[in-house]
Amino acid sequence: MTFKRRIIGASVVGGTGLAAVGIVVLVLYIMATIVIGGWDVMSWEFITDSPTEGMTAGGIFPAIAGTALLVLIMSIAGVPVGTITAIYLSEYASPRSWLARLIRFAVNTLAGVPAIVFGLFGLGFFVQFVGGGIDNIVSGGTVMKWAQPNLLWASMTMALLTLPVVIVSVEEAIRTVPRELRAASLALGATKWQTIWHVVLPNSTTGILTGGVLAVSRGAGEVAPILFTGAAYFLPQLPGALSDQFMELGYHVYIMATQSTNVDATQGIQYATTLVLLLLTFCLNFSAIFLRARIRARKIG
Amino acid sequence: MHNLNGKAPHKISVRNLSLSYGHKRALHDISLDMPAHKVTALIGPSGCGKSTFLRTLNRMNDLIGDVSIEGRVLVDDVNVYDRSVDVVELRKRVGMIFQKSNPFPKSIFDNVAYGPRINGVRDRRRLEEIVEGTLKRSALWDEVKDDLTKSAFALSGGQQQRLCIARALAVDPDVLLMDEPASALDPIATAKIEELIYELKKSYTIVIVTHNMQQAARVSDFTAFFYMGELIEFDETRKIFTSPAKEQTEDYVTGRFG
Repeated sequence: MTFKRRIIGASVVGGTGLAAVGIVVLVLYIMATIVIGGWDVMSWEFITDSPTEGMTAGGIFPAIAGTALLVLIMSIAGVPVGTITAIYLSEYASPRSWLARLIRFAVNTLAGVPAIVFGLFGLGFFVQFVGGGIDNIVSGGTVMKWAQPNLLWASMTMALLTLPVVIVSVEEAIRTVPRELRAASLALGATKWQTIWHVVLPNSTTGILTGGVLAVSRGAGEVAPILFTGAAYFLPQLPGALSDQFMELGYHVYIMATQSTNVDATQGIQYATTLVLLLLTFCLNFSAIFLRARIRARKIG
Repeated sequence: MHNLNGKAPHKISVRNLSLSYGHKRALHDISLDMPAHKVTALIGPSGCGKSTFLRTLNRMNDLIGDVSIEGRVLVDDVNVYDRSVDVVELRKRVGMIFQKSNPFPKSIFDNVAYGPRINGVRDRRRLEEIVEGTLKRSALWDEVKDDLTKSAFALSGGQQQRLCIARALAVDPDVLLMDEPASALDPIATAKIEELIYELKKSYTIVIVTHNMQQAARVSDFTAFFYMGELIEFDETRKIFTSPAKEQTEDYVTGRFG
């Protein structure tokens, strides 16, 4: 009996330990493969140059710049909307009201929708409906300027995808603002809005920042939403307007691996591009972890 | 009905005030008159309703859901629960000091200037005047005048509480509500707060909740004894502590229960 119990105990400890080690090994293996595969290609020029020779040589600068622009415009559109929603949910809505529950349900649903569905929605709503509408108003539909995939529509689609991340982070931060501070402000004759503006929001900036960073790191890693809404196969120059298409890192990896004229010749570029994308996402995630730790420290302190 | 026969003009008059949290009744049919430029102490054991009562005077209970209030609270003869009363304006006239000092995570200057700023005072010189004046009135000026840009959190507990008093004075109220303002402070800091209360009552009507019998006896002119949500006795502090009318009051102030 005791022998049997020991065997079970040992195999549980061993099994869980093995699984844990397995995950670490897997991550290291993936990282090593990517680093080794991309090592020869990786150079300063790779970061700063445009692709050349049918994208079998040269750098990935347009894709890096395109990704940066995408997440920047996405943040400008998504963070304010997410913050305002979080303020409404945590400060104004009574938790039991049907509207607040409806919004929470919508946010949770939004968080669970597959990325490709956002891509298709973006194509149908932003590109065809909104873009087409703008073209109709501006030129009566004779000039097709906005009714095609571009940087703006891709950013908007991405903003929708990352909205739940922002809302949850900001709400968490708002909740850590001590009740005593709100009471102090209200007791001084401040209105609710003045209290939110002068006390709650300044004490939630770290949380808003965290939300932004998490959204950016999530957005930078997604390809599906921009497939039909703005990403370009190859562009010799950077986007100069919101109505231009752009190159993007994740999309670049995808087309290099599946659509390239010479898949074998571009293997090094694929690995190196993946490495750049991973480093970017890691850095963003680490800064989000750092910001969160600061909020938590305040909550306890 | 506890009346003081018009010895002083009444700043606050409470009439048949009852308050419930959901189905739980916290205050039961309270009526009393608090005279202007006097200190009224609210005493009683924990959970007797004295803090709840204090918070009805500037409607801070409004912030808690599921509170129902009956009766009237008249400040300068206006019922603060009347529909036409703007609660924001009320709180500017009836300031509040909390049990735990709660300065904003801002500089000393910005803490005191908070109230005037939300009231639209933008002029730097005017703000400096208000800050200096209120810090002097709250007996903090000499300790902080060298560096008003210092964070409020760098101050000691007693200094923080006096900063909160200065912050409340900066919106120019008539009434100051104090919810155990010295309960978290050491005896020296407590003495400073008590001295300050003595000074402030020349210009303000003060209502103070306290757990400390000696403090009530030292700082207040009138004392109200609460027990289980009811006002047991209200009279001049001297009488409450030497010859109270009710046995319950005597038992409490002499420390036999509570």
